[in-house]
Amino acid sequence: MPRLLGVDIPNDKRIEAALPYIYGIGRPMAKRILREAGVDPDIRAGQLSDDQLNALTQIIAGNKVLIEGDLRRELQAHLKRLQQIQCYRGIRHRRGLPVRGQRTSTNARTRKGPRKTIGAAKKAGGK
Amino acid sequence: MGRSLKKGPYVFQKLLLKVDKLNEAGVKKPIKTWSRGSMIVPDFVGHTFLVHNGKDFITVHVSENMVGHKLGEFAPTRKFTGHGAATKK
Repeated sequence: MPRLLGVDIPNDKRIEAALPYIYGIGRPMAKRILREAGVDPDIRAGQLSDDQLNALTQIIAGNKVLIEGDLRRELQAHLKRLQQIQCYRGIRHRRGLPVRGQRTSTNARTRKGPRKTIGAAKKAGGK
Repeated sequence: MGRSLKKGPYVFQKLLLKVDKLNEAGVKKPIKTWSRGSMIVPDFVGHTFLVHNGKDFITVHVSENMVGHKLGEFAPTRKFTGHGAATKK
């Protein structure tokens, strides 16, 4: 199994499909990188020669494509900035609520997580 | 997000004028404003604004990394008082 840029070990898929296993590289980015490196997108990742691997590494590093840890760190930094300046978006992030104005009366489960049912209603007339 | 770049940032003109005046005079005193939609431009850094939230004026000290946001983003218009009041009855 080839190792590209540290820990990423894509498998025996076509290289075009294997590159997106790297965090920060999607399908379009993979295609662009391959085109730039002059590597056939149909080769299996395991059959890449060392030269080709080097070419890919160089293009990814050379184009300062943010990947893996660097990208995650940058996203974290954005979040921290929003939260630190006390703006609306930052507050929504802190509360774990939707940030972009979606409704929260119903739905919004992705942000709010699994439903938390609050205790049963009191006897009849209790409400 | 949203506004076309070609138009440039939206800042309420009178507000900008006020800030300019303060900058010229070299003083910093809070500026009361209702203009929540105004973008924070670099000139605003270091000033204090009292931004209306529909009821009160919220004090906002503008720091460097607030540039590009809008004044209203720092003055929340809703107050969450919690759920579950019914059970306590």
